[in-house]
Amino acid sequence: MQSTSTEVQHAPKPYWNPYLSGIGLGLVLLLSYVIMGRGLGASGAFSSLVATGVSTIAPEHAKANEFYNEYLADTTKSPLKDWLVFEVLGVLVGGFISGALAGRIKTTVEKGPRISVKGRLFYAFIGGTIMGIGAKLARGCTSGQALTGGAVLNVGSWAFMLAVFGGAYMIAYFFRRQWK
Amino acid sequence: MNIPFFKYGLFGDDVSLVIAFIIGIGFGFFLERGGFGNGRKLAAQFYFNDLTVFKVMFTAIITAMVGIYYLSVIGWMDLSLVYVSPTYIVPQTIGGLVLGFGFVIGGYCPGTSCVSAVTGKIDGMVYLLGIVVGIFVFGEIYPLVSNFYNSTPMGQITLSQLFNIPYGILVFAVVLMAIGGFAAAEWAEKKLGNKIVEP
Repeated sequence: MQSTSTEVQHAPKPYWNPYLSGIGLGLVLLLSYVIMGRGLGASGAFSSLVATGVSTIAPEHAKANEFYNEYLADTTKSPLKDWLVFEVLGVLVGGFISGALAGRIKTTVEKGPRISVKGRLFYAFIGGTIMGIGAKLARGCTSGQALTGGAVLNVGSWAFMLAVFGGAYMIAYFFRRQWK
Repeated sequence: MNIPFFKYGLFGDDVSLVIAFIIGIGFGFFLERGGFGNGRKLAAQFYFNDLTVFKVMFTAIITAMVGIYYLSVIGWMDLSLVYVSPTYIVPQTIGGLVLGFGFVIGGYCPGTSCVSAVTGKIDGMVYLLGIVVGIFVFGEIYPLVSNFYNSTPMGQITLSQLFNIPYGILVFAVVLMAIGGFAAAEWAEKKLGNKIVEP
């Protein structure tokens, strides 16, 4: 998972043409619909993880909460034996394979030149927290709503997608120091 | 053809988990190929420097959308068996705005942060930790927000039903709009000096 020796010898390969990556991604999404009748996702897997954690530490507390309980309802199996959990495990493997083949596995912090590493990690944590809350409120994230619902013209997903771009553009100016 | 296969009982739950893992590999692979494991590239979308996020997302959406439409028109795919998640328009729009804030502040979304973390980016790993904390916070405040969370339900509804536009015409219109958007994105990137973010 950490840096490999090959990265020293070879410069990382450039990213693919965006339309080619997009077609690849779209075909994976289509395949998911064809085989399973459902699309992709990401944040749902982390909900299963959180629900499992809370129920392990405080089972009564988790049971009394409707949100956690949705992931714990089926007591015949572990909440981690879930479609999205396995899909996200695949995402980790697929991302690693692609990165390794292109020499792009490297321990680093992605940031603009005008912010410290500490500052960037602080914002990454805060951003992740805000994203977690937003994704649950919206019943899904960029994968589960925007891509998946977008392809079947789901009303809520399209409203969500416009709001994501709207929200991001709305505040981008105030966080420019982090990226530019 | 009996599509979707799973809904026709061609295989069971255990096999579906193996399929989930394989589909996930494809998903992660193409996310990384497109540069979605890099927070600088993702955030650049919101400063108009590099519009890869828009291009990849909409190419993916129209590819899958046209595929689903085509398979249903030729009668191979039963659309009534395809899952369309129910719409709760106000909480989903507000959730989208909040998620957009988190995107610019943190640089990723949940799927892309997985790819980022696994390719060694420490900011991606920290971001993942943030997501887990955020979901926990949401879980803990859920009793307080559940009324809002369940407000404005519209059921399982598509844009073609909402606007009463035939499915095929809407698919065609979305493809045209996407192509127009791609042309505008290419123009804007050139205008701003092609500051495409590289690895």
